[in-house]
Amino acid sequence: MSTGSILLWVALPYACAVVFIVGHIWRYRFDKFGWTTRSSQTYENRLLRWGSPMFHIGILMVIAGHVVGLLIPREWLYAIGIDEHMYHLGATWMGTAAALLTLAGLAILIYRRRTVGPVFLATTKMDKVMYVFLGLTLGFGTLATLVYQVFGGGYSYRESISPWIREMIIFQPHPEMMAEVPLFFQLHIITACLLFALWPFTRLVHVFSAPVGYLFRPYIVYRSRDESGAGNRPVRRGWDPVSTPQERKSSSSR
Amino acid sequence: MKVMAQMSMVMNLDKCIGCHTCSVTCKQAWTNRSGVEYVWFNNVETRPGVGYPRTYEDQEKWRGGWTLNKRGRLKLRDGGRLHKLSRIFSNPKLPKIHDYYEPWTYDYDMLLNSPSGEHTPVATPKSLLTGKDMKISWSANWDDNLGGSLETMAQDPLLAKMSEEVKAEYEQAFMFYLPRICEHCLNPSCVASCPSGAMYKRQEDGIVLVDQDACRGWRMCISGCPYKKVYFNHRTGKAEKCTFCYPRIEVGLPTVCAETCVGRLRYIGLVLYDADAVAAAASVADEHELLDAQRNVLLDPNDPAVIEAARAGGIPEDWIESAQASPIWRLIREYKVALPLHPEYRTMPMVWYIPPLSPVVDVVTNSGNDGEDASVLFAAIDKLRIPIGYLAELFSAGDTAPVDLSLRKLAAMRSYMRGISLDNVRDESIAQAVGMSGAQMEEMYRLLAIAKYEERYVIPPAHAEQAHDLEEMGCSLDFEGGPGMGGAGPFGSSSGEPVPVAIENYNSLKSRQTADRPSTPGRVNLLNWDGNGKPRGLFPPEEEK
Repeated sequence: MSTGSILLWVALPYACAVVFIVGHIWRYRFDKFGWTTRSSQTYENRLLRWGSPMFHIGILMVIAGHVVGLLIPREWLYAIGIDEHMYHLGATWMGTAAALLTLAGLAILIYRRRTVGPVFLATTKMDKVMYVFLGLTLGFGTLATLVYQVFGGGYSYRESISPWIREMIIFQPHPEMMAEVPLFFQLHIITACLLFALWPFTRLVHVFSAPVGYLFRPYIVYRSRDESGAGNRPVRRGWDPVSTPQERKSSSSR
Repeated sequence: MKVMAQMSMVMNLDKCIGCHTCSVTCKQAWTNRSGVEYVWFNNVETRPGVGYPRTYEDQEKWRGGWTLNKRGRLKLRDGGRLHKLSRIFSNPKLPKIHDYYEPWTYDYDMLLNSPSGEHTPVATPKSLLTGKDMKISWSANWDDNLGGSLETMAQDPLLAKMSEEVKAEYEQAFMFYLPRICEHCLNPSCVASCPSGAMYKRQEDGIVLVDQDACRGWRMCISGCPYKKVYFNHRTGKAEKCTFCYPRIEVGLPTVCAETCVGRLRYIGLVLYDADAVAAAASVADEHELLDAQRNVLLDPNDPAVIEAARAGGIPEDWIESAQASPIWRLIREYKVALPLHPEYRTMPMVWYIPPLSPVVDVVTNSGNDGEDASVLFAAIDKLRIPIGYLAELFSAGDTAPVDLSLRKLAAMRSYMRGISLDNVRDESIAQAVGMSGAQMEEMYRLLAIAKYEERYVIPPAHAEQAHDLEEMGCSLDFEGGPGMGGAGPFGSSSGEPVPVAIENYNSLKSRQTADRPSTPGRVNLLNWDGNGKPRGLFPPEEEK
């Protein structure tokens, strides 16, 4: 087992997982004010109306597919009557559809972000870096599915990648399982790890604010003044300083 | 009966001259930051007009507030919880920033730095969204004083409800001003729409606030509010709204908009209400009965049973006394001259309005009649059905009777008080014509026309038993992490916690302003020295005589 494979398939995923978890805790404690979707809908809605639901519904399907394919052992699926062939058909075709929906949505959103003036000016550096890694991860994932599953003979990742991940979760790393995995799957996994490491420092944190509690709380919320005390709370440092686009422009040109 | 206290406001539109001082001072206090350039927590609209944001009152389009479902129960007009969550990725009812207006600044640098030449340099408007040159074509009060309203007035959603013939006539009839802040509703649909639960109504005083640390920018509150008084800060990605100036209210000071109102037309005080009765009152089937239903939710603060229940509910004694002295209670329930804005939205708004009589008086006077004679005014109110109908669309869901009565009372008061001033005659028949007594007329006159500061604002300070936490710190730079604590933060001059905007607080400010001696003995900061007392070391010692 080479040092490279240990670095790639043990050290990197664990490091990224630590950054992901600690980063979220740190950000939540340090920067609740910056924890938001940073919606740009007030600027533009014609493209967003299509792009955003397409991307979000697509990515939710993708996530569900990954849970089924990676975390659930195939023996369990066999037990409920989903055999290899059925799984392969379902994963490939539904996965491809979800990927195309997500990528089309992402393409609309990125086009919008670049071409609509106010939206582009409201884009932070972190947003741009995040878009690169999100795009790469989605791109390699789609490519792997198309190249190996749709047009190739089909690669059974549930014999290598899935057990590798499950063993990682219980701290039994087996980097040798990843040695024979095709290139695009490897690239997909590496970029995904890096995306997870970036996650807590981007607007992607809003995923963990999905308002499920709204379904169960009473409509009108009352809160006592005593909880927060009188007067203003101390000001905490926001993640991004709030400034107008003009100020940003002039400060960078100087 | 669950008694709760609500801080509320009444505005006397009869006295509003549309000077926008409230809007400007509010903007300076609260929304002079980037991201909220287009936001006016307080705005003044000329009516008839399209309002701010444009046509916000058209609930067929924006779908704010509550409505009744088939079983007669309250539901959010834009759909319930699942429906809202299903539209969370793109909210179709969210106004675009252009529905308010595109914020701008001017290229002032041009005025200072352009070389001398034949032509006067011009500061061109620059968009605060794109930074590019822009043509200003709308603003928060673009149709001020009916300016340009021949083109836009037809879009007024209230006029659209009235007939075509009415419109043409109305254009020449009259206009008035409508200052608007957040209504701090008893049944707030913005709070009900917030998926994160970040918006809340304060138990103590009913002020509706947004928790900036809990808001996640889902934007449902903005479409949920029928008054469009929750705004999206497009730089921070969070909702912001009128706070009823709670830091001032907590120490007994009126809001900034009320304090600076030159017409002295705003009244602030507590009302007690029955929280258990709110939902039933908001779901009354007939829209015309909503006004009375809401009036009846408010509880008489002098009723012993109410006082008992208020004490049981933990409302402090001085708050009950303030509720008894409240101008709001008198205007809404005793005189019944104040009316709510759009009760048909079923949010139970708590900023009420006294409808404007002055335009009626103007019409009468311009026609050569006596504009202060009760019978002439009564006849005019009867005759001016169109303006009354318009006011009724605003204040009583289209029912003209309450507006009619309110205007008659104002007319009677004018006439009655003129009798006293000119002829020293107290004509009880005028008062009785509107169901009041002469003594009541004079009380109402005192409250509405004399409008002393202490009678307009009856604001009990919040009970801050933790007030010691709020004591002013010795030196304004000595807060933790400040320059007084040993210079800049660990990673250079701008690192570390930001400098608090207001290191001082209102309590200490107020006590210092009213104290005979400096509030920080032995030490004076010249930057905020208020001139009180003669601190040691500030002046040279007096010469021995």
